[in-house]
Amino acid sequence: MGNTPFWPESASNWAQGVDALYIFLVLVSVVMCVLIFGAVAFLSVKFRRKPGVQPTAIEGSHFLEITWSVLPMFFFFAFFLGGALIFFHERTPPQDASEIYVVAKQWMWKMEHPEGPREINTLHVPLGKDVKLIMTSMDVIHSFYVPAFRIKQDVLPGRYTIMWFRATQPGTYHLFCAEYCGTQHSGMIGSIIVQPEAEYQTWLNGGSSSVPLAQTGEKAFAELGCASCHRSDTQGRGPLLAGIYGRPVALEDGRSVMVDENYLRESILDPGAKVVAGFRPVMPTFQGIISEEQLAALVAYVKSLTPSSGQAAGAAPAKAEKGPPQMKSGRSR
Amino acid sequence: MATAVLPPQQRTNYLNAEHGVKSWLLTVDHKRIAILYMLSITFFFFIGGIYALLIRLELLTPAGDLVQADTYNRLFTGHGIVMVFFFLIPVVPAILGNFLVPLMIGAKDLAFPRINLLSWYLYVIAGALMLHVIITGGVDTGWTFYTPYSTAFASPKVIEAGLAAFINGFSSIFTGLNFIVTIHRMRAPGMTWSRLPLFIWAHYATSLVMVLGTPVIAITLVLLVLERVFHLGIFDPKLGGDPLLFQHLFWFYSHPAVYIMILPSMGIISELIACFSRKRIFGFNFVALSSVAIAVLGFLVWAHHMFVAGMSVYAALIFSFLTFFIGVPSAIKVFNWTATMYKGSVTYETPMLYAFGFLGLFTIGGLTGLFLATLGVDIHVTDTYFVVAHFHYVMVGGVVMAYLGGLHFWWPKITGRMYPESMGKLAALIGFVGFNLTFFPQFILGYVGMPRRYYQYPPEFQVLNVLSTAGATILGIGYLFPLVYLLWSLRYGEVAGDNPWNAAGLEWKTSSPPPTFNFDVDPVVDFEAYNYDELKEIPVER
Ligand code: HEC
Ligand SMILES: [Cu+2]
Ligand SMILES: [Cu+2]
Repeated sequence: MGNTPFWPESASNWAQGVDALYIFLVLVSVVMCVLIFGAVAFLSVKFRRKPGVQPTAIEGSHFLEITWSVLPMFFFFAFFLGGALIFFHERTPPQDASEIYVVAKQWMWKMEHPEGPREINTLHVPLGKDVKLIMTSMDVIHSFYVPAFRIKQDVLPGRYTIMWFRATQPGTYHLFCAEYCGTQHSGMIGSIIVQPEAEYQTWLNGGSSSVPLAQTGEKAFAELGCASCHRSDTQGRGPLLAGIYGRPVALEDGRSVMVDENYLRESILDPGAKVVAGFRPVMPTFQGIISEEQLAALVAYVKSLTPSSGQAAGAAPAKAEKGPPQMKSGRSR
Repeated sequence: MATAVLPPQQRTNYLNAEHGVKSWLLTVDHKRIAILYMLSITFFFFIGGIYALLIRLELLTPAGDLVQADTYNRLFTGHGIVMVFFFLIPVVPAILGNFLVPLMIGAKDLAFPRINLLSWYLYVIAGALMLHVIITGGVDTGWTFYTPYSTAFASPKVIEAGLAAFINGFSSIFTGLNFIVTIHRMRAPGMTWSRLPLFIWAHYATSLVMVLGTPVIAITLVLLVLERVFHLGIFDPKLGGDPLLFQHLFWFYSHPAVYIMILPSMGIISELIACFSRKRIFGFNFVALSSVAIAVLGFLVWAHHMFVAGMSVYAALIFSFLTFFIGVPSAIKVFNWTATMYKGSVTYETPMLYAFGFLGLFTIGGLTGLFLATLGVDIHVTDTYFVVAHFHYVMVGGVVMAYLGGLHFWWPKITGRMYPESMGKLAALIGFVGFNLTFFPQFILGYVGMPRRYYQYPPEFQVLNVLSTAGATILGIGYLFPLVYLLWSLRYGEVAGDNPWNAAGLEWKTSSPPPTFNFDVDPVVDFEAYNYDELKEIPVER
């Protein structure tokens, strides 16, 4: 217990901004406390009951009341803006961040690196690189919380939630589950290990035979029969999947939605929910058939498909250049 | 006090008008029902307190050693459910509100005396059910009942606990309904809206929230039970439901519920500060209307509990923005209370000390609320001890301080006896010190990153936890002490007289304790609220 921290370690791109805003809030609060407590102490002593002195009836003062109603609003607005800026940034992960899938379950964290290595309750991340976590839970709600990074995000069953950060200090930091999740809630902890790039690469390569996540997905894509409908020659019963990630897609009912991780997830588990324009809802559901890990691999694989990389068809991945594949009529660009 | 009056026993009052257990259990007198509530709510306060003590003892060391993990989870769930639903929500309205609303507006009773008794019975039934849950093992969902944990994983006791909260909700709805109708229809001649004491304004606003908000939690709990029993698929994604829907519904009630707890307390503080400064509250209209503003705005900010839950960015921005606005009416109240002392004639009796305590703790609670409304900061501190500290400052620091202040203030009216003044002051002081020692370290603990609902924790958090536990012990004494001397005063306290504080307000114009129908002569109001300038100054003697 020797060293008691009164301030958390700072190890991410968020720490400075959050700390600065927090200190600003603390300062304003301290000033307010001094003013209010000072006024209470002063007035209650100055106007304590004295023999022969009668209190003076005072109705109020509109000027004062309006002043102290409006004045705080300026501060409130400043707090709001500061907090909103950080938050907005936190919710817009950079395009080129490396993407790690996190699967939470009672009471452990599984991490899957795009390069293949998997970890339990530990997450290695490279120093100074943007990292995006794509997280889901297999049972109840959990929350991925790294105090040294000043960031947390609930992890929900049935959907992906996203968070991102850039580690700025090498070291080992606490990972806590911050949403109550049952018996071992307080045991659902782990560590985040931030390593300089070179060290991180060594760690990546040192792992046991690891197949990149997208490649695992490619295999599953073939084995599960996805490839029979989603053919690279656009002749299949399903739409072409290359290049759909990050673009809007037109739906049969006239709406258009952005293709993100959650859309891909839903398309695989509940294909009927959003049917692509121009297609019939023939895709079978894979709910209950594939695991969260397989799903993550499939999503990673679909995301890795660019129009130029072509698309796997059958067991033999078609790596040959076919030129820019034509888009199905339903696809909006 | 040396006022010469007949000892209370020799006059007929609501306490001695009838005798026997039956006369109490079947009473429709709002004052007797208030006493029934006082007994039962105090009982639950100490149950919740025992939970708190066990929690703090477990957290004395980083390892989980005193109890099992599952037991610990049941402890904090029990603490939350009992304290929120069976103590904080009813404590002020059902005890002091029940006793005082008719007295303050010059009515003989509430509009629906039988429904008032029914409210108490519902509370007791709900309470008995909750006790049954506690005795047979307890629930482990946290008082927030989040899905899908509660619907698919937690012990089946959650159905019973949900039912208890559901039934208790009706007790609250009936009380609110009763107050609204009473305040509209039963005011004495001359008691216009602008002459209503701020305690009444606060209870009126509270009643609106009770009547409009409580049905939502009732529906939510019913849905929860239905999902649990019939696997309906409303909240559980495995069945096609949405767990965030539960959170939205839950907080749609439970944020306003915070105001059900704090608004009546604010009403008490207005009465106390006016009386012990011997002045009308500064900016009466602003303070009265700010209660209503809080009640309305309170319904627009619920999702600030869900900033990390996976809501859309824009929704979060809007809820953050609105949350700041609810700070304004609360700030107005604090400033106006402070300004009331200006050119007053301030004395420091126990109730006033509690009012000072309230100002201190509520201010800190309110200011830290701004931290949580600030998105970037909330992401870091939500679900940590920072939040725990914040809401204890508002709920315990605010509500309990105000309730104890009010209890001491109206004790002579309720019982006809004075409490021992020096002990009262001592208890107020002990409570204030104990409270801060318990909860201030938790702010730091939260910012450093200790999550809430943790049964074991990394060793570097220990020092702050030890401080907190030490504080809790002192706080416990601060709460037990009044129980002892208030009971003592029932027999040995000085006889109070009708108006020991020389306070304004109709409740002081009848005898102490009041007769069954409150006033021997029907009151007519021809004076403004807090007309302290028209009351004789009482000599300095304490
Ligand atoms: C029986 C043929 C069939 C099979 C097998 C099939 N799909 Fe589909 N898939 C479709 C059709 C048809 C659509 C378009 C209609 C819709 O959205 O449901 C589609 C849509 C999709 C979409 C959304 C595409 C877009 O452009 O928005 C994704 C992603 C997808 N499938 C992935 C998969 C994966 C991964 C598998 C294997 C696990 C798979 N599909 C298996 C027929 C199939
Ligand atoms: Cu968890
Ligand atoms: Cu709230």
